[in-house]
Amino acid sequence: MSERITGMSMNAGFAARTVRAAALVMGVGLTLAGLGAGASASEQVQPPREKWSFSGPMGNFDPAQLQRGFKVYREVCSNCHSLSMVAFRNLAEEGGPGFSEAQAKAIAEEYKIKDGPNDQGDMFERPGRLSDYFPSPFLNEQAARAANGGAHPPDMSTLAKARTYERGFPWFVFDIFTQYQEQGPDYIHAVLNGYEDPPEGQKPAQPNLHYNEYFPGHWIAMPKPIQDGQVEYTDGTPTTVEQYSRDVSAFLVWAAEPHLVARKRLGLVVMFFLIVFAGLLYFTKRRVWAAAH
Amino acid sequence: MEGHSTYQPRSRAARWLEDRLPIAGLVHSSAIAYPVPRNLNYFWTFGAILVVMLVAQILTGVVMAMHYDPNASNAFLSVEKIMRDVNYGWLLRYMHANGASMFFLAVFIHIFRGMYYGSYKAPREVLWILGVIILLLMMATAFMGYVLPWGQMSFWGATVITNLFSAIPLVGETIVTWLWGGFSVDNSTLNRFFALHYLLPFMIVGVVGLHIWALHHVGQNNPTGVEVKDIRKDTVPFTPYATLKDAFAVTCFMVVFAWFIFYTPNYLGHADNYVEANPLVTPAHIVPEWYFLPFYAILRAIPSKLGGVMALFGAVAILAFLPWLDTSKVRSANYRPLYRQFFWVFVGVCLVLGWLGSKPPEGAYVVIARICTVYYFAHFLIILPLLGFFEKTRPLPPSIADSVLSVARGPAPGNPGLAAPATGARS
Repeated sequence: MSERITGMSMNAGFAARTVRAAALVMGVGLTLAGLGAGASASEQVQPPREKWSFSGPMGNFDPAQLQRGFKVYREVCSNCHSLSMVAFRNLAEEGGPGFSEAQAKAIAEEYKIKDGPNDQGDMFERPGRLSDYFPSPFLNEQAARAANGGAHPPDMSTLAKARTYERGFPWFVFDIFTQYQEQGPDYIHAVLNGYEDPPEGQKPAQPNLHYNEYFPGHWIAMPKPIQDGQVEYTDGTPTTVEQYSRDVSAFLVWAAEPHLVARKRLGLVVMFFLIVFAGLLYFTKRRVWAAAH
Repeated sequence: MEGHSTYQPRSRAARWLEDRLPIAGLVHSSAIAYPVPRNLNYFWTFGAILVVMLVAQILTGVVMAMHYDPNASNAFLSVEKIMRDVNYGWLLRYMHANGASMFFLAVFIHIFRGMYYGSYKAPREVLWILGVIILLLMMATAFMGYVLPWGQMSFWGATVITNLFSAIPLVGETIVTWLWGGFSVDNSTLNRFFALHYLLPFMIVGVVGLHIWALHHVGQNNPTGVEVKDIRKDTVPFTPYATLKDAFAVTCFMVVFAWFIFYTPNYLGHADNYVEANPLVTPAHIVPEWYFLPFYAILRAIPSKLGGVMALFGAVAILAFLPWLDTSKVRSANYRPLYRQFFWVFVGVCLVLGWLGSKPPEGAYVVIARICTVYYFAHFLIILPLLGFFEKTRPLPPSIADSVLSVARGPAPGNPGLAAPATGARS
């Protein structure tokens, strides 16, 4: 009997070694593939990681920063980019830029909104109300393209969630645990700061393109949108491109995810409940099963 | 293996109902008295987790359907309205989107558990095949659900996958036009996908009912793979034992689920799907959701379109034949030293295929994808059939109760083959 068992384990041991060798060969192949892939993945430069007030489980928007970001949007971005899914009322909602209702109303009234038809069948313009959405700078996509050298400035309502960059293995695994969800604002911030002179000898495929370190493929249709000192801040915050881009990125995260703060707050309560409940269930289960053994 | 119903209606009203419709007795026999092998580990809680996920998906989905507009010009906006203006709409949508991922995570663990412990072997073949049908229905449902937000990845994913049918000789193009309801993915495609996305989950509920019925008829497999011999010694009643264990496991799973919903809700999605569908702009990489990536890698590994489509569907269909491809008499990998190794290699190959599915099909990726695809099929068609003849299995415990006792006491020294194996050890 014991001889049989020894023979068996030897046999199994040999097979185990074979299988392990096969796994090793496959692993080496994978590593090589990873090295080869490095070259093709270099089409996009990884944006630097920034610190954001809204990252992590306790993340919160800084109302002052959102108000500054909104100012940058209104004075600069909105000349070409729409924000069609955000309403003026959102500006006064909890967890946002923290405008009072009166302030939001005043902002809305500065915009002309096309309405109608009236009783005579005519379209007319009136001042904006809280329930209105931000009007778009162009009548339609074609008009936007005609005014921007053929490029269509994207709507900014979901932009912070619609932009990302590839994290690669193993970072994408760690991101689950570190809750890194700020690829969008990191990328937007990097692009706004990434305008430089093209490297020697590099030319765009078509005119009207601008070299940007962080834009995939480097040639972006949008010219450098903002200069130092272009937007006036009243709270003493430095008026640099770096600061503008940080503030407007934060504003765009709020615009794309207006309930972010409520989500993280509720998450904390849910997590606390689930973990306590799981603990109670575990001890109940142990108590009940103790009798079965 | 069905427990004899010990249900005795106590009140007169209950007795009156039981004589006319024995529904309380049915619930009692299947959810309270039903005997469960006492040695089940936590991998056996995924059935309960899956039921909870299915119910959660249906509840969140039905509420969202009240706010969603399946019209190509408004679908994207209506989803954003759910996110912004519907009370707790963001919660519903993140639950539903991440719920699909959690559903697949749980079902993959459930399937791998079945493969590890040989749960598909006689008399559980029909139970297993019903499971494969559920997987297919889930894949169809998830695919069509992903199209509904009408983002860039929705649109282009739908275009790529429906175009697969054009590989069918002669009638392929006609079938694709019929699927689309037109000559491209458009409003009519979105409408029918919405209708089917609402229908299929209820078909899943039906097949899940059959799956559970079959399960309760043949009884659960267990980590030893040895059948229940003495209900009194080998099993415990479902309630309170399995009920409490399942409740604990479900709650732990909910912690993971909640982590994704509240802290990383867009981690498993694609940024491109926050850009509205545009038939004129193709995304740089069209990538399906993570749970389709291994199959997507298999599709692209085959250099011919028709061959790729056949390999894709074959990769799922081959699971249905598993009960007959595995020739070993021993169920559990715990007593199959070779199969256990091959099982983990197979899991590794599936993970590598998943990773490859997210990579562009070029250079070394294609080579590895081909090696892994060949291995995937070889696992079922060569390794499993042969293993049954060449593998020397370890002796099985005489009964479930004995295995539990020997674990509690530790193995007797110098006497590894405590009892003659019931099956296995052919040579």
